[in-house]
Amino acid sequence: MSNAQAQKSVLWDWLTTVDHKKIGIMYLVAGGFFFALGGLEAILMRIQLMFPNFDFVTAQTFNELLTMHGTTMIFLAAMPLLFGFMNYIVPLQIGARDVAFPFLNSLGFWLFLFGGVLLNLSWFLGGAPDAGWTAYVPLSSEYSGTGIDYYVLGLQISGLGTLIAGINFLVTIINMRAPGMSMMRMPLFTWSSFVASALILFAFPALTVGLLLLMLERLFGATYFAVDVGGNVVIWQHLFWIFGHPEVYILILPAFGIFSEVLSTFSKKRLFGYSAMVFATLIIGFLGFMVWAHHMFTVGIGPVANAIFAVATMAIAVPTGIKIFNWLFTMWGGRIQFTTANLFAIAFIPSFVMGGVTGIMLATSAANYQFHDTYFVVAHFHYVIIGGVVFGLFSGAFYWWPRMFGYKLNETLGKWFFWLFLFGFHLTFFVQHFIGLMGMPRRVASYLPGQGIDELNFVSTMGAFLMSVAFILLVVNVIVSVKNKSEADPWDGRTLEWAIPTPTPEYNFAQTPLVRELDALWYEKTHGNGKIKAAEPLDDIHMPNGSILPIFMSLGLFLASFGLIYQVHPVTIIGLAITLGAMFIRSIKEDHGYHIHKEDIKKEEGVG
Amino acid sequence: MDPHVTDPSAPLKGKPSKKAERQLAREGKQQIISFVFMIFLTSIAFLTVASDTIPNRFAIPFILIIAAVQVIMQLYYFMHLNERGNGWTNIMLWTGFFVAALTVATLMLLIGVTKY
Ligand code: HEM
Ligand SMILES: [Cu+2]
Repeated sequence: MSNAQAQKSVLWDWLTTVDHKKIGIMYLVAGGFFFALGGLEAILMRIQLMFPNFDFVTAQTFNELLTMHGTTMIFLAAMPLLFGFMNYIVPLQIGARDVAFPFLNSLGFWLFLFGGVLLNLSWFLGGAPDAGWTAYVPLSSEYSGTGIDYYVLGLQISGLGTLIAGINFLVTIINMRAPGMSMMRMPLFTWSSFVASALILFAFPALTVGLLLLMLERLFGATYFAVDVGGNVVIWQHLFWIFGHPEVYILILPAFGIFSEVLSTFSKKRLFGYSAMVFATLIIGFLGFMVWAHHMFTVGIGPVANAIFAVATMAIAVPTGIKIFNWLFTMWGGRIQFTTANLFAIAFIPSFVMGGVTGIMLATSAANYQFHDTYFVVAHFHYVIIGGVVFGLFSGAFYWWPRMFGYKLNETLGKWFFWLFLFGFHLTFFVQHFIGLMGMPRRVASYLPGQGIDELNFVSTMGAFLMSVAFILLVVNVIVSVKNKSEADPWDGRTLEWAIPTPTPEYNFAQTPLVRELDALWYEKTHGNGKIKAAEPLDDIHMPNGSILPIFMSLGLFLASFGLIYQVHPVTIIGLAITLGAMFIRSIKEDHGYHIHKEDIKKEEGVG
Repeated sequence: MDPHVTDPSAPLKGKPSKKAERQLAREGKQQIISFVFMIFLTSIAFLTVASDTIPNRFAIPFILIIAAVQVIMQLYYFMHLNERGNGWTNIMLWTGFFVAALTVATLMLLIGVTKY
């Protein structure tokens, strides 16, 4: 390559990159790290609960592990891992050369990373947050230490990154589609990423406001939630769940998209009921905003309100059911290949349905008084989160690995990993339904013997160990498979991301593709010559320059947070000055990007 | 070659076409009309508050309504949302507005003293 960037060092290249593929990989690496960290916290909790009255960790440590596990898994593992796939794959699926705002894309990543690091530094600086991932007031406002300040500011910073990323995907999908790629020809992963991004746009502001109020209350003596001076504690719960319920759909919708791609590819069939799938995704996204109070049935919001929210919640089962049947019909009569990616997709269906069924049980507001805050809830949300989101992440990882890293993960090891993980997962969480029904509350650091839950808790911990072994197998797989070089289209794919050479060139498509049908590549394989038609002649390609500024913008906020937490306001001001200074430089510095020349593209593509 | 093809951020060169000029003239007229109309609405708002005969019960909702009209005119005439190619902006704007309004209304019912 003849551009100036190739000469700079590798590290500098990654720190300044605005390439959606590299940012996607950074999201995967950082998300993978936080996933391992959250998993470690989970294992420590499960060891503590292995025996009644066990003394493995103190109750305070347990509360910190519990809070950091939930917060890390949701905000720092599941969402960034999905963003990793969205970043890498969505532009490829719509035939674009990058996302709409490459600079913002990098800013979004660095904000997330600095927010996540800030949150985790609390472990070393006076104790992690300990009020649960929901941080209900007044526990979090009046009875917790500095850990909650780290929670508030860490989530605020990483939440800003998420919001930026969501807006970026929306604009990308609306504006950057290749000629012929109408909305109703978009692959389902792109569609579900689009809807999830819209949910981010509308839901995250509620969290931002909630966190801001909590920060003002903790650091500046405001009294929004202080009952003795006329505040209202329930407002926090509302704000949290107005964000929190859409959040679970932000997680599950992209996973639904992954399953749609994987099931159709490995059944060698077009996705059954494409337009019904799109419609169901939109309906789920919309209804996701109408149900938040189902987390608050026992708060006492009133019987009519409870009933309305119960019915609204149950209504979501309808579009979800449509999706389940469409996946089943996609497989029906197909030539199914049991690759690891597809095994996760197939196992997802019954696992997720089980989580859905307990969801309907929980939505029955009268019965919820019995289930609420017991291990039944823990079983439910792990069935949907692991059986849905995490299976989706694993399925997507095996499916897109060759595209992203140029090699295939080992299938034998992959299947061992799959079966161990599946078995461990059900062993851990199936028994928790019964533990909950027998009355064990969630978020307790220990329990007394002789209540009939000792054996079940032991079994549950054994399942967690199995999952850990499985996860280690995945890490081993990633390392030992490096030499399994893969061709460009190893799965006989259907969508545009499989039409480009491996490794993916930095400009993605030498010529912008012309899309003629849904499943664009498959259409050309069956109706054309197997090659995507070009929508433009081969020409120089305009690329954006990298920039180090996003790191400085994020670093400034990171520093300012310490100033706020310890009330050392010179630090706050210096931090904010760094951020604003970097923004100022970004605004006044002209940057026209650079060009990759036609001749170099020809050389790289091996033509002409 | 037109520099825009290779570099979208390059400055525009040359005069606008006849068609574009006519379009600009029409837009200019539209903006003046809506500007005058909005000043008119603003003065009505002032009058409503200043006059002693109009009760607050009427004045408050009335002012809120003309404020909403002003916001919509601002968006559509001054910020060009009425032009072609703004379909998505409109969809997102109104979906967001609808979701937010529904949420706020529900919230107000739920956290009131009377429980339903
Ligand atoms: C690796 C397997 C996992 C195990 C063994 C595990 C175990 C646990 C345990 C023991 C709790 C505490 C329950 C309580 O005492 O109330 C918990 C809570 C939680 N887990 Fe997991 N978990 C796992 C994976 C995940 C994943 C992948 C996610 C999300 C993507 C997740 C999200 C949560 C959340 C949100 C909570 C609630 C935290 C809170 O109550 O504040 N977990 N988990
Ligand atoms: Cu919910």
